[in-house]
Amino acid sequence: MSWNDVLTMLPELYLTGAICVLLLFDAFAGTRYRSAMHWLSMLALLVTALLVVSAQRAIPATAFSGMYVDDTLAQILKLFSILSVALVFVFSEPYLRMRKMAVGEFHTLTLFALLGIMLLVSAGNLVMIYLGLELLTLSSYALVALDRDSPRATEAAMKYFVLGALASGLLLYGMSMLYGATGTLSLPGIAATLPVTPHQSLAVFGLVFVIAGIAFKFGAAPFHMWLPDVYEGSPSAVTLFVASAPKLAAVGMALRLLDVGLHPLLPYWQDMLAVLAVASLVIGSLVAIVQSNLKRMLAYSTIGHMGFLFLGLSAGTSFGNAAAVFYAIAYVLMSTAAFGVILALARAGFEADRIDDLRGLNQRSPWFAGLMALAMFSLGGVPPLFGFWAKLLVLQSAIGAHMLWLAIVGAFAAIISLFYYLRVVKVMYFDKPAEDSALLVSSDASLRWVLSLNALALLALGVFQGPLLDWCLRGFGG
Amino acid sequence: MTIQLLAFYFFAFFAVLGALLVITLRNPVHAVLSLVLTFFSVACIWMLMQAEFLALVLIVVYVGAVMVLFLFVVMMLDIKVAAAREGFIRHLPVGIGVALIMLAEMVTLIGLRAMQVAPPPNPAAMHGESNVAWIGTALYTQYLLPFEVAAMILTVGIVAAVALTLRHRVGVRHQNASQQVAAVARDRVRLVSMPAERGDPGAQP
Repeated sequence: MSWNDVLTMLPELYLTGAICVLLLFDAFAGTRYRSAMHWLSMLALLVTALLVVSAQRAIPATAFSGMYVDDTLAQILKLFSILSVALVFVFSEPYLRMRKMAVGEFHTLTLFALLGIMLLVSAGNLVMIYLGLELLTLSSYALVALDRDSPRATEAAMKYFVLGALASGLLLYGMSMLYGATGTLSLPGIAATLPVTPHQSLAVFGLVFVIAGIAFKFGAAPFHMWLPDVYEGSPSAVTLFVASAPKLAAVGMALRLLDVGLHPLLPYWQDMLAVLAVASLVIGSLVAIVQSNLKRMLAYSTIGHMGFLFLGLSAGTSFGNAAAVFYAIAYVLMSTAAFGVILALARAGFEADRIDDLRGLNQRSPWFAGLMALAMFSLGGVPPLFGFWAKLLVLQSAIGAHMLWLAIVGAFAAIISLFYYLRVVKVMYFDKPAEDSALLVSSDASLRWVLSLNALALLALGVFQGPLLDWCLRGFGG
Repeated sequence: MTIQLLAFYFFAFFAVLGALLVITLRNPVHAVLSLVLTFFSVACIWMLMQAEFLALVLIVVYVGAVMVLFLFVVMMLDIKVAAAREGFIRHLPVGIGVALIMLAEMVTLIGLRAMQVAPPPNPAAMHGESNVAWIGTALYTQYLLPFEVAAMILTVGIVAAVALTLRHRVGVRHQNASQQVAAVARDRVRLVSMPAERGDPGAQP
């Protein structure tokens, strides 16, 4: 360890220190200064983001004997993870205040999860991948269970925990096989050893388990069983988190494992990812149609979106990887906007999580109905919006990798999924509000402003998608 | 080499047998005992591969932790202590069986050491270090970062455990030790002087 290692890791080290300070602050003064906790967390996020930006460097840097890698890919994913966690904090603040939930623990656990994400996307070693992932998922389990008096949240947390532990076990088993085949834990080392190792079949055996672990973390079919229950059961503020930053972590983990470490096995994992993509696209677009719960519907839509993301990953080219990162960013911003509207409508004792709850939103609050419509159109992939470009890029990369049939399945799934997004829009604009419903929009000023900015960013990034795409391409030497 | 192979099969057989029993036995106490057997057998296999540190850690941490798990099972599943004591005789054969197998494994291990003519090269010994020192060096130099991240994971475990279980109930009467210490007789006892009562001679006792 040298001073240089410490400097390279400065954002993570700062965040670790900030979390410890926040933990102590919450323990000693958290009950008296509830809003201070919120603003201090925001400050910690801001400083971390600034440290990430200031560390921009032309060539990738490694620290702690290759355990930690800092490159453009890591920086993109870290910055958007920090941004989405900041959105989570802003959107969930009124929600947590109304329900008198543990604000301090929500903030510290979410920051711990962010630390896990940052370590995961910077991992240069199988051990770091596993530990970053555990830091993220352990915090997520606790967050889902944070509403202790809700039996549904407890059930969701239990399912998440058991299935998550199983998936971690599978991943770890696969990693041990890879270690057995190559004799090293370092990802570049594995990539260098794989073509010459006599134990290639052992490595492929391990690859199967690694892919299963990755698919579980994405929530891709057929490893998606936890996702609808967790989305529906957990408090909306936590659903917002689970639906945002961890997806960026998952794409980072997949790229580190498959692109950096297991690229020599591309012919094997390409087909596996293609199968996962097709299954996710079909289940995501068909099962979501029959859902009446908005959060559950968005969960199935997530499964479909992960199918699209796998289209980009399975191409195995640098353009496909950049498209997958672009898709993950687009998905995160779209889902924060959609869940943000749910949070803005939720009150104590009213979750606003059924599709019927949105009936006639246009008459009550045209602005928020417009924002929700923007999010839905973008999720559905309507042309000028952000979601359209994301879908277009992954379909392009699938065609570029000579997987035309995969692109056709993707296009069909996109068309089918438009149906249920448009149904939400129809309910908001053309249905009459129920007589007894008191659909009020939260009066929290920062929530209203930031939510508006988030939804309008979907439009702005749709029109000016070039710089972001260039940035993503730069992450893969393009 | 053949005797090593035989010993491996001996240990591996009981490791797998124990693992199977863990998931097939109905009685949770028996299942825990089988789990102990599995851990012990795996530790013996590691000892066979000269990974002494891992073997000892497995015994100390896992078998120790399994005992805690055992306590948890007793507490959470509401198994009455008296009922557990009643079943002592019933559990005895399984307990004795596990203990006997573990004894046999230990004897094999020790006997094997004595019989070994030329031990296979030990990577740690080739560096002129003991196994424990070798692992320690790797852990604090090359694997320093994962080691520290593991500490963060433990912190998350503590925070999560507190967040999910600590309840500030209203109306619970806590002891206030400083108040108790500061109490003086004057606050507690009030001495009142009253005229002596004369018993009514007509009243029945």
